[in-house]
Amino acid sequence: MRELLFQITLLGYLAASCSYLMHIASGRNRPAQIGSRLLRGSFVLLSLALVASLLPMATTPASRPYLPLSFLAWSVTGIFLWFEGRHRLTVLGAFLAPLSLLLLVFSGALLRRGDGLQPLFESSWFPLHVGLVVLGYAFFALAFIAGVMYLLQERMLKNKHLSALFFRLPSLDSLDLVNHRCLAWGFPLMTLGIITGAAWTHAAWGRYWRWNPKETWALISWLVYAVLLHGRLAIGWRGRRAALLAILGFLCLILAVLGVNLLASELSDTALRAAVKR
Amino acid sequence: MHIFVIGLNHKTAPVAVRERVAFSLERRQEALSRLLEAPEILEGLLLSTCNRVELYACSHDSTSTTARLRKFFEEFHQLKAPMPDEHLYELWDQQAVRHLFRVASSLDSMVLGEPQILGQLKDAFAAAERCRSVGPVLTRLLHKSFSVAKRVRSETGIACQTLSISYAAVELARKIFGSLENRRVLLIGAGEMSELAARHLLDQRTEGLLVANRTLERALRLAARFGGRAVPYKDFPDYLPQADIVLTSTTADDYILHRSQVEKAIRLRRNRPMFFIDIAVPRNIEPAVNQVDNAYLYDIDDLQKVIDANLRERRKAAARAEDIIDQEIDSFLRWLGNLELTPTIRDLRRHCEAIRRRELDKTFARQPGLGSEERLALEACTEAMIRKILHRPLTLIKERRHDGSNEPYLDALRTLFGLDDRPEDEDFR
Repeated sequence: MRELLFQITLLGYLAASCSYLMHIASGRNRPAQIGSRLLRGSFVLLSLALVASLLPMATTPASRPYLPLSFLAWSVTGIFLWFEGRHRLTVLGAFLAPLSLLLLVFSGALLRRGDGLQPLFESSWFPLHVGLVVLGYAFFALAFIAGVMYLLQERMLKNKHLSALFFRLPSLDSLDLVNHRCLAWGFPLMTLGIITGAAWTHAAWGRYWRWNPKETWALISWLVYAVLLHGRLAIGWRGRRAALLAILGFLCLILAVLGVNLLASELSDTALRAAVKR
Repeated sequence: MHIFVIGLNHKTAPVAVRERVAFSLERRQEALSRLLEAPEILEGLLLSTCNRVELYACSHDSTSTTARLRKFFEEFHQLKAPMPDEHLYELWDQQAVRHLFRVASSLDSMVLGEPQILGQLKDAFAAAERCRSVGPVLTRLLHKSFSVAKRVRSETGIACQTLSISYAAVELARKIFGSLENRRVLLIGAGEMSELAARHLLDQRTEGLLVANRTLERALRLAARFGGRAVPYKDFPDYLPQADIVLTSTTADDYILHRSQVEKAIRLRRNRPMFFIDIAVPRNIEPAVNQVDNAYLYDIDDLQKVIDANLRERRKAAARAEDIIDQEIDSFLRWLGNLELTPTIRDLRRHCEAIRRRELDKTFARQPGLGSEERLALEACTEAMIRKILHRPLTLIKERRHDGSNEPYLDALRTLFGLDDRPEDEDFR
């Protein structure tokens, strides 16, 4: 049942992605309307799927490996739907729906791999940490997409080369506003996420900070966002510079999440096995 | 039933010809009633705008109608010589329907995608309705053309892009600022062009207008008209930081606004973007201003480029619009075909049913001994006979309606069974 719900959600996201891409390609408004409705529907389904996957489990939700990714897709979609109506950001959906779809496919693959629960994750800090961090990621992901779109459009405006895409992008001002909003929400969430993460690390290993690559990259991206926030609030940075920093910060985050996390664990695994064999 | 259009437009005839055959507002009603005096013309519609003069008509007669329409054209305007062929186009049936749909969707307009033509067509239709010159066919056709135009506009976005310099400036400003509410405009130079652009910008409910001009008097006058404020010309750099949009149109020979001034203004504005529109030739603003972060400079050529890009988008949209029109033509012609078919079938059935009823009544009168069961059996038997006899001809004309080759059969049916002969009908009853 849970599986089926999840599959239907995937299909919904796929259909929404196609509609939004059709909107971009053709410039017609109808596919965007359909895409928006499909995305709303898929969001509801995903919410149900998430609740359903929480119910039968006695243990903490975030310790299931696939949940954080699904939760990330859920947060990204939720934030987008929240912003969409206010800032006329329809085109963002063309970037966002496929991203969420990718996250869900990933989480589905991880689910099938069936990683078991490890006792390490049974601290009560862990779900709190994951929840906060994932919500922060979702805001930063949106800031990243808005940043890319800002740079695209800014370049077109400066070069006076207006392609078909130009006419469908939201205004620079609203993209900058998304950057600001996402930073204002994402930064506190990520800060709290890092603090709870340290608390969890302490509970699990007895140390607050271990300087592993993941933690280091998370710290670097936190610093990038801190600089950006300070620049925005104190110096009045905005526009291109803010967009660039939002992109840089998110690239660091991706390194922290995907690259380092998966790669490092695989590497240490194989290295361990090789050592045992010898 | 056939649909005809005869007319001329900006592509086929110069304005000197068009103005001679235009129908003035007062004479349109007269023209329509005179048009309908011709026996073969059943419905008529007159569209007369500055770019086109067209007569739409529908008639059963496919051969003489165009000649009649052409003659009407010449007689009504008392033209001494017949209209040259290259000015006038005559289209019928599918071509005529396509033409109307293209006109309504503004694909045939001088400015591709301009929205006025639909309103003019609606007015023409309303006028024709008032003098009852349109019947079921043209009414249906016109309503269809309105919905086609609506579909074209919403599905292709053909009218979304703007084609005038001042609209292009407004569009770019909206790309930078989103809404233009609460944005302040600074006009440097108070010429006619800047007045026009200012009007378009102020339509977007901008916050306030500052006007700087060499002659303060003119600045004061323009500011008063738009509810703005005049500032001394030599002081305009001091007002830069307040302005979101700066529009220059002075006749100065050299740049009056330099990069360093803009850099300073942006710094004072804490990087809030500025949009510079320079419609002066020679240019008023140093081109390097465009390299300043958060400053965007467009001169008159750049704006023209935006318009060209818009035009390209419109052409693409127009190609998609033609597909939509193709679909809609099919659906309209199918309706028109059925319009002929349905009454014929109905009349034929009625005719046969009348014969059957009459003969049955006679039989029942002669044979009073028939029981109710036998009567029912006779009813069913005769009904089945008629159904079986009519089955093949009706199937055939229904099949042939798609390629339009059923018309001779429809005609033959009506003649052979005398479906159009009213008096004989009366005889039956």
